[in-house]
Amino acid sequence: MSDAIFRDSDVDLSFRARRFAGKTVIYTLLIAWAIICLFPIYWTITTSFKTAPNVMQGALIPWADYVPAWLGWRSLGLSPDTIGAESTVRSEFMKRFLNSTIASIASSSLAVILGSLAAYGLSRFSYKFGYMRNSDISFFFLSQLILPPVVLALPFLVLYKQLALLDTRIGLVLLYTLTVLPIVIWIMRDQFESIPTELEEAALVDGLSIWGAFFSVILPIALPGMVAAFILSLVLTWNEYFFAALLTSTHANTLPVMVASQTGSQGISWWSMAALSFAAILPLIVLGVALERYLIKGMTAGAVK
Amino acid sequence: MSQADLLHVVTEDDISDRRKLFGRAIVWASALVVALIAAAQTAQQTGIADFGFQTWRPTLYAYILWAVCLCWSQVLVRGEQGKRTLFVLPAALFVISLTVFPLLFGLIIAFSNWNLSSPLGRQFNGLDNVRQMWSDPFYWNALKNMVWYSLAILVEYAIAFGLALLLAAEIRARKFFRVAFLLPLMLSPVAVSWMVGKSMLEIRFGPIARFARWLGWDNPSFFGSPEIARFTIMVLDAWTFIPFMMIMILAGLQAIPKELTEAAKVDGAGPWTTFWQITFPLMLPVSVTAILIRIIFKLKLADIVINLTAGGPGGATDTVTSFIFREYRDRSNVGYGTLLAMIYLVIIIVVMTVLMKLAERFARPRT
Repeated sequence: MSDAIFRDSDVDLSFRARRFAGKTVIYTLLIAWAIICLFPIYWTITTSFKTAPNVMQGALIPWADYVPAWLGWRSLGLSPDTIGAESTVRSEFMKRFLNSTIASIASSSLAVILGSLAAYGLSRFSYKFGYMRNSDISFFFLSQLILPPVVLALPFLVLYKQLALLDTRIGLVLLYTLTVLPIVIWIMRDQFESIPTELEEAALVDGLSIWGAFFSVILPIALPGMVAAFILSLVLTWNEYFFAALLTSTHANTLPVMVASQTGSQGISWWSMAALSFAAILPLIVLGVALERYLIKGMTAGAVK
Repeated sequence: MSQADLLHVVTEDDISDRRKLFGRAIVWASALVVALIAAAQTAQQTGIADFGFQTWRPTLYAYILWAVCLCWSQVLVRGEQGKRTLFVLPAALFVISLTVFPLLFGLIIAFSNWNLSSPLGRQFNGLDNVRQMWSDPFYWNALKNMVWYSLAILVEYAIAFGLALLLAAEIRARKFFRVAFLLPLMLSPVAVSWMVGKSMLEIRFGPIARFARWLGWDNPSFFGSPEIARFTIMVLDAWTFIPFMMIMILAGLQAIPKELTEAAKVDGAGPWTTFWQITFPLMLPVSVTAILIRIIFKLKLADIVINLTAGGPGGATDTVTSFIFREYRDRSNVGYGTLLAMIYLVIIIVVMTVLMKLAERFARPRT
């Protein structure tokens, strides 16, 4: 074999080696952080199939370290052998699950409806409410984001008690809508500002009213933004704990409250804890994996101009 | 002076006087209904007369009726202009009735002694709550903790920036990594505090504790000493919220034109110089936004603390929110808790205003 006529110089070869080393570092770091992110979820899933001795040994890998059992899921009434039977825990769990679902979906929808309308108005017309102009009104809405929940919590507790809204889903929905509304307005304003006004002008020339133009022309275009706002609101409201813990007791409490109140008299039964936690986070994991695009869109709205 | 509408709408509104009158009439009539019912209920509350009201619900319904009439009358009285107002009005009414009224109400509560479980009801006690707050070491301690927690954001920011740089590099399976990195944000803080905080950090069998022991830490107790407990809470909170900052920074990174970094490379700048001279200055506005939003979320931190340490050991991990939560749970004193929350709100508004002004100056693109 003779020497190749064209060959990489030593400098180029060292470059390739450096590049390879750089790639290795990048992938090592990426995988390390991915493990940090995913391991707790893995731990939750596996723990829900462990029995007490397995937990105490700190077994990690199913089938290798321990034999998976349905213990955790049986205590929730969701294992294969108990799913058909009557189970108080399961009905309790389903009730909480339903509460969480209703509260988060209803409040997110309400927030998206109210927020989209307001954001559209603010992005298209100039208002004057007293001394407040558009920028003031926008600031008023967005400033609600700064308001810590604890400031509202106790006055609401008293007000709800007077209004018999304590421990009701409507009460929760109203509060949750309030907490996510600024975020929805923030996202939707960004979305509407990116839509040229010529579109509505054309629709108006064609004889639609302003609301008609909004519903038939603008809304379909702004739909991705609305989905993004909805998903982000859903994540925030599904996970909300503070208000739910304060304002609900037996009828309307949500999954996070149920998870938080699981301290048995004989220590903690980790397997049922894990099963419950996993059931609580599963919907959002599915949502996150499936609709990650929208979530990212929602979070980055307005950040990059 | 007057701003022009972005969207020009030319309409001829021919609104008859009777329609205008009707529009005004329904607002005033419904307002009167609210006033009457509220007066009747107040009368019953103070024991003057008995109308048989069980709760304040009727006032609420009357108020909703008034809000609907107000929206409707906008269209009746002002025609096309009113229809435009209708876009913003529902949200504005919603927010005003759900924040401004409770806040005003909260101001009254804050200066009273009100134990919800005692039959005495609300008693005005002037500045007693302020005095109590002044000499309450736990509240000051909680405020001090909030400063520590907020400072941790700088470290979170550095990590998030690093991760965003990794994700922006030329890598395979970017979508997988992005989803994986995003997942902690989706998890409920309560579930996180149980499964990570209580289970994985459990001294005997928790995997992290075993890992720490393997690394040579003989007795890994994550909530034993105040400093370590606070650090653990910081780490857990960082774990859930780093993805948020990371995604914002990543969006900023992807918005930087490739030409700029390429030009820098042609000019002979190494990666280190390119980052500090090109990328980082360009990322300043996004970074400032991300950090400000993160501070806002950090100031609400409570779930993890309530579930994991309940403020212990000795108040070392207390946040203001968790402290007020316990203050209410333990003594069910609404008055004192509300005052603490109000003071907290004032502090937040002052600090955030200063920060936003500083950020505006700091993040302005330098020419």
